[in-house]
Amino acid sequence: MAGPETPELAAAAVAGGADIVELGFPFSDPLADGPTIRLAAERALAQGMRTAACLDCLRRTRERVDVPLVPMTYAALLETYGWERFAGDAELAGATSLIVADLPVDLRPELRRVQLVAPTSSDERIRLAAEQTDGWLYLVTLTGTTGARSELSPELAPLVERTRRLTKAPLHAGFGISTPAYAAAAAELADGIVVGSAALAAAEEGASGLERFVASLRAAIN
Amino acid sequence: MNAPASPGLYGDYGGRYVPETLIPALDELSRGWDEASADATFRAELDELLERFAGRPTPLYEAARFAPAGKRILLKREDLLHTGAHKINNAVGQALLAVRLGKRRIVAETGAGQHGVAAATVCARFGLECVVHMGSEDMRRQHPNVERMGLLGAEVRPVEFGTRTLKEATSEAIRDWITNVDTTYYLIGSCVGPHPYPAIVRELQAVIGREARAQVLEQIGQLPDAVVACVGGGSNAIGLFAGFIADKDVRLVGVEAEGAASLSAGRSSVLHGSRSSVLADEDGQVLDAHSISAGLDYPGVGPEHAHLRDSGRAEYMTASDAEAVAAFHQLASLEGILPALEPAHALARALDLDAETILVGLSGRGDKDLAEVLSH
Ligand SMILES: Cc1ncc(COP(=O)(O)O)c(C=O)c1O
Repeated sequence: MAGPETPELAAAAVAGGADIVELGFPFSDPLADGPTIRLAAERALAQGMRTAACLDCLRRTRERVDVPLVPMTYAALLETYGWERFAGDAELAGATSLIVADLPVDLRPELRRVQLVAPTSSDERIRLAAEQTDGWLYLVTLTGTTGARSELSPELAPLVERTRRLTKAPLHAGFGISTPAYAAAAAELADGIVVGSAALAAAEEGASGLERFVASLRAAIN
Repeated sequence: MNAPASPGLYGDYGGRYVPETLIPALDELSRGWDEASADATFRAELDELLERFAGRPTPLYEAARFAPAGKRILLKREDLLHTGAHKINNAVGQALLAVRLGKRRIVAETGAGQHGVAAATVCARFGLECVVHMGSEDMRRQHPNVERMGLLGAEVRPVEFGTRTLKEATSEAIRDWITNVDTTYYLIGSCVGPHPYPAIVRELQAVIGREARAQVLEQIGQLPDAVVACVGGGSNAIGLFAGFIADKDVRLVGVEAEGAASLSAGRSSVLHGSRSSVLADEDGQVLDAHSISAGLDYPGVGPEHAHLRDSGRAEYMTASDAEAVAAFHQLASLEGILPALEPAHALARALDLDAETILVGLSGRGDKDLAEVLSH
């Protein structure tokens, strides 16, 4: 979640072995998020992390790391900032792409972004998402909101299998992934894993805590 | 203007701004609703339940003592329905739809508790499991309704974060639905949310306007100059307006709570799955609404109202807490009717509206609000 410590935390995540860093732009009513990310968003908003401050945070993070940076947010922020203006300013600030959690593939097709597919998605929607997506597909591992779970969702394997038949795009699986063992199991199936809530929790212990956590995931999936 | 130009859109408002997980369920809901509303058996079952279980038709009553000199005020008495508010019209219809779709678990949000009670009531009637998400602040303000839901067999889940009111309760109900989408039907309480909910709720509440139009013609031999209803999410208002939208000379007036004026003081943004007029700051962060009436304490509003506002077909005004309480007392002492605080906002504006014949949607009764009114 964007905040004063983000550049340092992003650098720590990359030092620990992260290939891509997702940066949350907080929204007051995040429908896709469970308690951890919701609380982090609440806290960030209380610290004044509005859109301009988040873009500035992105810019400062870009100065610290070379890996792709992907803002993750909700449609309300783009709606009020201006869709094109948001995409343009994010790119200028160093964003590689964008994830909008409540913007399904059929809305705003002109906005280049990483598309999400879920276990409930039809084949037709997965195909459309794969065609439209920007670089890789975000596989939502479970039917639910974000938040660390203790075990791999049984819904991931069938979703990966179905999606592989429909596209050659790289598949990165996220939602729920929390431990090295879980990360390893998900990485057996997908081409990459996305870790949100558990990384936020690790970052509570500062940059070194986050770096250790990411390194443990990296070691488990290599 | 009656039908949205493209499915789910009212001008530029509406749509489906939800996580991908829900899209197939919304497609299923759209198909299910289209089939149900074209099915004469479904419609007959709904009509029978509305008549024998809910208590339709409701009377249209002329409040001659409440009306200021030179004005006629007619009240559409939704407060006389089973469970005490218009919310039951929608709850009965959606419960029938849920059963038709094979869903046995119902999740709902509630503010004033009126929708929660309506949902709990129909779940008891149909033998469905019922979980109602309710902000802890609203649980305090509307305590009798919390107890009623419990007695009806529903589980009320307190929402302990953010504003602890309807906004958070709605987010939590949607998250519950996202998590249990295979087994669960989301019984939304107003004409908000992603498509097709605004259309479903409008259709189910349109019975208010159909009845009222026929009744007013029969009773006074003319259409009213204005139709006035309170607007929280906007369902009783859209249901009443639906009967008069095609009557171009009838003014449609929505009344919001002064501190929750999504239409009068909002901006275009996205909340709870649709694009509408939202009380939000310049970054799109949703602001807290404030109203003495829990049912109006919501920073969003149905997308069709935003469109009716922009097109000029409907006007939207506000009433303050104090004005609503004053209108509550006036109706109680002059007509022997205790209105809910929500429609008391509409009553307050009806009193000073520059129109002669005014039809007001009396969306609910005031039993739930006694403590709030007495402490004011
Ligand atoms: C009696 C009554 N009127 C109005 C409302 C507001 O809802 P809506 O604007 O959807 O009619 C409520 C909500 O709880 C209510 O209980």
